[in-house]
Amino acid sequence: MSTVVLLAVTGLGLGALYFLVASGLSLIFGLMDVLNFAHGALLSVGAYATWWAADGHLPGAGSGGPGFVLAVCFGTAVGTVAAMVLELALIRPLYDRPREQVLATVGVGLAVPALLSAIWGPDARPFPGPAALSGTFGLLGAHIPVNRLVLIGAAAAVLVALRLFLGGTRHGLVVRAGVEDRAMVTALGIDVRRAFTLVFAIGGAAAALGGALGGLYYGSVDPGQGTSLLIFAFVVVVMGGMGSVAGAALAAVGVGLVQQFANYYTASGLGDLAVVVLLAALLLLKPRGITGRLA
Amino acid sequence: MTTATPAREAATAGDVAAPAGTLRRYGRWWPAVALVALFAAPYSSLPLPGLLDGPIGSAGSLQLLALCLVFGALATGYDLLLGRTGLLSFGHALYFAAGSYATELIMVEAGLPFAVSAVLGLCCGVALAAALGSVALRVGGIAFSMVTLAFAQAGSILVERDPGGVTGGEEGRAIPADKLPSSLAGIGNTANLYWIALAYLVLTLAVVHWAVRSPTGRVWEGIKENERRVEVLGLRPYGFKLVAFVLAGALAAVGGIVHLLLTGGATPQTTTSDFTLSLLVMVVLGGSGSRWGPLVGGVLYTWADHRLGDLAGSETVSGLPSFLRVPLSQPLFLLGALFVVMVVALPGGLTRLPARLRPVLTAGQRRVAARERP
Repeated sequence: MSTVVLLAVTGLGLGALYFLVASGLSLIFGLMDVLNFAHGALLSVGAYATWWAADGHLPGAGSGGPGFVLAVCFGTAVGTVAAMVLELALIRPLYDRPREQVLATVGVGLAVPALLSAIWGPDARPFPGPAALSGTFGLLGAHIPVNRLVLIGAAAAVLVALRLFLGGTRHGLVVRAGVEDRAMVTALGIDVRRAFTLVFAIGGAAAALGGALGGLYYGSVDPGQGTSLLIFAFVVVVMGGMGSVAGAALAAVGVGLVQQFANYYTASGLGDLAVVVLLAALLLLKPRGITGRLA
Repeated sequence: MTTATPAREAATAGDVAAPAGTLRRYGRWWPAVALVALFAAPYSSLPLPGLLDGPIGSAGSLQLLALCLVFGALATGYDLLLGRTGLLSFGHALYFAAGSYATELIMVEAGLPFAVSAVLGLCCGVALAAALGSVALRVGGIAFSMVTLAFAQAGSILVERDPGGVTGGEEGRAIPADKLPSSLAGIGNTANLYWIALAYLVLTLAVVHWAVRSPTGRVWEGIKENERRVEVLGLRPYGFKLVAFVLAGALAAVGGIVHLLLTGGATPQTTTSDFTLSLLVMVVLGGSGSRWGPLVGGVLYTWADHRLGDLAGSETVSGLPSFLRVPLSQPLFLLGALFVVMVVALPGGLTRLPARLRPVLTAGQRRVAARERP
């Protein structure tokens, strides 16, 4: 029983991490038809910025208590700015060339981890975290690391915030309408391009937050972390339906749980394999599932 | 779309001067000259300081040159999908790795001679490409890219997890020296491996050149420009796309076998999606859809990947201030950044650069000529 609980909570934590990456990815694809291969790099940027701040480089930030919160905020802010720069500098000039947009994000996805490893070295760096988050707590006989709960809480907060934003604000309305039918929104005289930058900023913020908290989950940061998460985020996006935030949340939970349980109870690595094969199967059986749809 | 350009070029060349026309006529033979030069490279002891570590004919330099040729050829084969048919596959590494791993496994585990194993390895690569391609091509656009990515990732996970100790996990599989024909083993025979790599390059260029000019190649071009229209003309794009996919997969599998010989083993790095992405970078860097572009991109990328790291450790670079030195020490960063610049500012890649510069240059010449005239 305790093993099952531990696996379930760890799977949920992993799912939360996937959701943080996939929600932005899903919105960006749903609205702009850009599959953002640089999204993993945004996660790495957030993780390194948080690590840099918590390591004592940012005055006021540190590895404990309020200092760590400040470091996470700093990391998220850096990721947001990076995403906006990416959209304004690279995606915007290529609006009429969709293939090149994807290629440009591929280039950024290669260059950014390389730059990170040039500056801070290719090896994993231990991630400083508050002592309160490094312990475990008992639940139904299992010792569960506290940082899983932090991830799950953050993902739930992001989900609620995104739903409130999409459902209750004017900008959210434009984004939702844009996912449904971009041409129609443009025809009604609304500048969808402003929504593009907004969606990139939201996605970058969520991914960077995922990077900052993923550092807690993994206990270290390394330049390739974001890229290795990206493919599982793709699985989540396709499963949840492109452009759907609630779908991404459900799919993230499913993928995280399946991966954890399959990796533990069958041969190691089979869970990863199952998820990847699931992606291919879904796309082949439901090619229409990848069109934009906002639940 | 490109047919109009040579005519205009020829016209301007005729206007400018007659000697340029003669030069152009002999200039058509430059690939043959380049081939002879490449063939004779092992006999040369010319040092190329900065470009290569030792003289051209030394084992280390030949090894690097051979790698450059292999990746140039590999990128040329990959462009059959990307630049000729308009298919963005993220799983090309799988067929390369299949050729390399299958040949090694058959040779070592079944004890067959190298030539037989290579043929069987190629068959494995082709069968895999046909099987997965026929499934993946059922969807189009970005979904196709993601299905190929998923297949390649599945292959990569399988190789890494090492089921039953078959793939050697992260270590990869090295060829025991006694399994190879003696003319292909050891540092002293690097020249032979180099010639094999050169032969692979010539083969790839010939196959791609021939395939693109065949009736099937014309349909590929049509699919790239407008797939719906090809359907309206009464042709089924699926079969043509599958032919392109399998042909590119077969060329990649041969490349995997040559790479296996060259590096003395199969490595799991060749299965990763990063490997496919690097092929993508090579093709776009050099110029997708052109005859020499992917080759140029592949050679440049491989050279930069191997040599820039060494250059970063040299005296001249280590003396630079850190904001210059740090990016220079990571070839991947430079290549990625160059790739992005290429995508945004120079669609068509490096091989389009002369054609883009020519109007600027001729305009400058005309201006000078006009000024000299009274």
